[in-house]
Amino acid sequence: MAEDLNWAIGGEAGDGIDSTGKIFAQAQSRAGRHVFTSKDFASRIRGGYTAYKIRSSTERVQSVVDRLDVLVALTQRTIDENLDELHDRSVVVYDGERSWEAEIPGEIDAVDVPLKSLAEEAGGAIMRNVVALGAVCAIVDFPVEKLDEALEKRFGGKGEKIVENNKQAARLGAEYVEENYDGFDYSLETTDNDYVLLNGDEAIGMGAIAAGCRFYAGYPITPATDVMEYLTGRIDRFGGHVVQAEDELSAINMALGAARAGARSMTATSGPGIDLMTETFGLVATSETPLVICDVMRAGPSTGMPTKQEQGDLNMLLYGGHGEIPRFVVAPTTIAECFHKTVEAFNLAEKYQTPVYLVSDLALAVTEQTFAPEEFDMDAVEIDRGNVVDEDSIDEYLDEQGRFQPHYDAADGVSPRAFPGTTAGAHMSTGLEHDELGRRTEDTEERIDQVEKRQRKVETAQNEEDWSPREFGDPDADTLVLSWGSNEGAIVEAMDHLETEENLSVRFLSVPYMFPRPDLSDAIEAAEETVVVECNANGQFADVVEHDVLTRVERVTKFDGVRFDADELADAIRDVAADADEVTA
Amino acid sequence: MSSDVRFTDFKSDKQPTWCPGCGDFGTMNGMMKALANTGNDPDNTFVVAGIGCSGKIGTYMHSYALHGVHGRALPVGSGVKIANPDLEVMVAGGDGDGYSIGAGHFVHAVRRNVDMTYVVMDNRIYGLTKGQASPTSREDFETSTSPEGPKQPPVNPLALAHAAGATFIAQSFSSDAQRHTEIVQQAIEHDGFGFVNVFSPCVTFNDVDTYDYFRDSLVDLAETDHDPTDEQEAKEVIMDGETEHMGVIYQDEESVPFSELHGLDSNMAEIPDGAPEDAMDLVREFY
Repeated sequence: MAEDLNWAIGGEAGDGIDSTGKIFAQAQSRAGRHVFTSKDFASRIRGGYTAYKIRSSTERVQSVVDRLDVLVALTQRTIDENLDELHDRSVVVYDGERSWEAEIPGEIDAVDVPLKSLAEEAGGAIMRNVVALGAVCAIVDFPVEKLDEALEKRFGGKGEKIVENNKQAARLGAEYVEENYDGFDYSLETTDNDYVLLNGDEAIGMGAIAAGCRFYAGYPITPATDVMEYLTGRIDRFGGHVVQAEDELSAINMALGAARAGARSMTATSGPGIDLMTETFGLVATSETPLVICDVMRAGPSTGMPTKQEQGDLNMLLYGGHGEIPRFVVAPTTIAECFHKTVEAFNLAEKYQTPVYLVSDLALAVTEQTFAPEEFDMDAVEIDRGNVVDEDSIDEYLDEQGRFQPHYDAADGVSPRAFPGTTAGAHMSTGLEHDELGRRTEDTEERIDQVEKRQRKVETAQNEEDWSPREFGDPDADTLVLSWGSNEGAIVEAMDHLETEENLSVRFLSVPYMFPRPDLSDAIEAAEETVVVECNANGQFADVVEHDVLTRVERVTKFDGVRFDADELADAIRDVAADADEVTA
Repeated sequence: MSSDVRFTDFKSDKQPTWCPGCGDFGTMNGMMKALANTGNDPDNTFVVAGIGCSGKIGTYMHSYALHGVHGRALPVGSGVKIANPDLEVMVAGGDGDGYSIGAGHFVHAVRRNVDMTYVVMDNRIYGLTKGQASPTSREDFETSTSPEGPKQPPVNPLALAHAAGATFIAQSFSSDAQRHTEIVQQAIEHDGFGFVNVFSPCVTFNDVDTYDYFRDSLVDLAETDHDPTDEQEAKEVIMDGETEHMGVIYQDEESVPFSELHGLDSNMAEIPDGAPEDAMDLVREFY
């Protein structure tokens, strides 16, 4: 495996940490290196510790590790926070001219670069982070010119002069290190590959536009806001619109209205917003309205930890709402899957006229990763609008008095849908229990028919769609790992490590469908030990797996607000595998 | 749209379960007549309602309709109209639905100025839950949940709308069929959010704000020299604590509705069979 570089810049929120990190990530990506970024941030605008971490390699990277090779520290706290990840080859870049005295353990290379002075020399102190990037280029032997394109992208809007000044700042940083320090033992390879670099929220927004979503209503909330920000301005180019609603209640109701008008429609929020939307979620389902509701999970309950990772909403998404609500719950497992599963969510919603929860999490949302552009093949996007009737086909669904039956008791549970404007299609929809015409009823037989009809859609979908998990590793291994959401990448890397370093192979099924779920009973029966990995305290997915297969499973859970890294998962999986060995013996 | 549409075409074959004598009958009839008079038909009309006696209206009218959850009819109507500007959208609510649980949505729907008509059936009481105080109940109105009266001033919906920047504010009375129809019609024809507060008496639970009370006290602005385009005059009518008025109180003739302001004129239901032609541009942005 090619050597990977783990780099970070840390300082106070407001120090420009994010944009500096993004410039370096884009430069690495443009130089044909795979990139995986992660952010450590607090729920505040200015001050407090924040960091942007980049792992890059010529081979695919899909998780974080607990090692830091190069650290740009704008504050002492940055060093303190990351001390346990620094090793004897690590290099720390700091500015000795600043007021704090950097305390850096002796065995670590400390590179003192006068960031501010050099930035002023290039045209302004504000460019000190870019000086640091130049310094890093010299340390890791990465051509400083390869920052240029990313600098143009970042500062192009501010004029030629600013771009040139920044390029100069980077060069001064690189020259300073070359003149004042001996060579370091890093040498970053580059390739001719062209990658795109994006995060999960952006992939969801892009998937929505590709899938024909034209109406989005939402309310800003971390970490779902990037979906709305991505769509704003872009969706208009395709004839759509984004409305920033007054609250989540309004957002889902607007999206519902647009969906009833026939538009592919979506809203996105995070846990607290899902709570608020739950009342209308029942209405969406009962009125059989196709709608995609995206939950980008963060640590809860209540306001919890808004900027931290957790997968704690599963029970809410599976069971939330009064009464019994047929629904689909689709959970992408990678950033690229955020795109593909969003397209799928729209098709499921319209084919079955049922709300779809599209479940992402903070780790997917704020992490950026490189992909070959072909991973987002727009020609492969298929749109299935389901059973939509027009003037010519509506007769089949009119009753003997010529009234349209939007809740027609079809054998497969899927009724016809008439967009407003369709002649003879006028009808009523309601959250009250209703008959085939959509009119309120308390008739026991009609109640039973409609409940069964709605349930039947799920059965039809179970039979007609492919709910398979994504499979990795050795299908015959004694140890089976199950997981959902963003843990996939870290688990796959942990498996690579166990395979190459310890000759230990496991089977891993990454499950993107929480409801309906794939039947995992054969896989669990075939394994000696099954472990479910997820970021919550109770093991919510483990609970539903146990319920489905009536077999106890092991749990690896984490709920400190931080995503899994590959190294800790390798340890956890090794422990379970050791138990499997005991069982076999 | 056909020219031979009659208002009875907007009637469903379901018999209303409103109490005999309820003001909502007249309110609904006026809405149906106004829709027909403005050249609409059931297939291009979308009616949204919330919860309560007013919420039943979608069942008794014939059109595309949604009967939603309590207080949230306005966001639904906004979504319908933005997604398809060709539809005529009418939202119906009650004083509880619109000024209590839905008050936040009301303010923001007004601000957004989506081109639809909002008719509030204001009977100053909660009827369907059998007679509790509503946001427009008088301060001393005795009910099961306010034995000595709510002891708080009623909401002034007209003032609320005006403060939020309404471009059309009107008030009508359900039993004056002709004036009520005319007023709703003007709201439909208004380019933007047309708000009509309708006095729609509850004969079962409200023995104060009765037909007789409104008949005796209402001043019809059409019979005065009121100029609805004069904002100052409108303000005086809105803030007049002594007299109840009927008619178009305020209309901003410069009103630009939401969809026009945002350049939205297409029906968002119409999408291609696959990703849009230039969708790969979306990917290339991430280089």
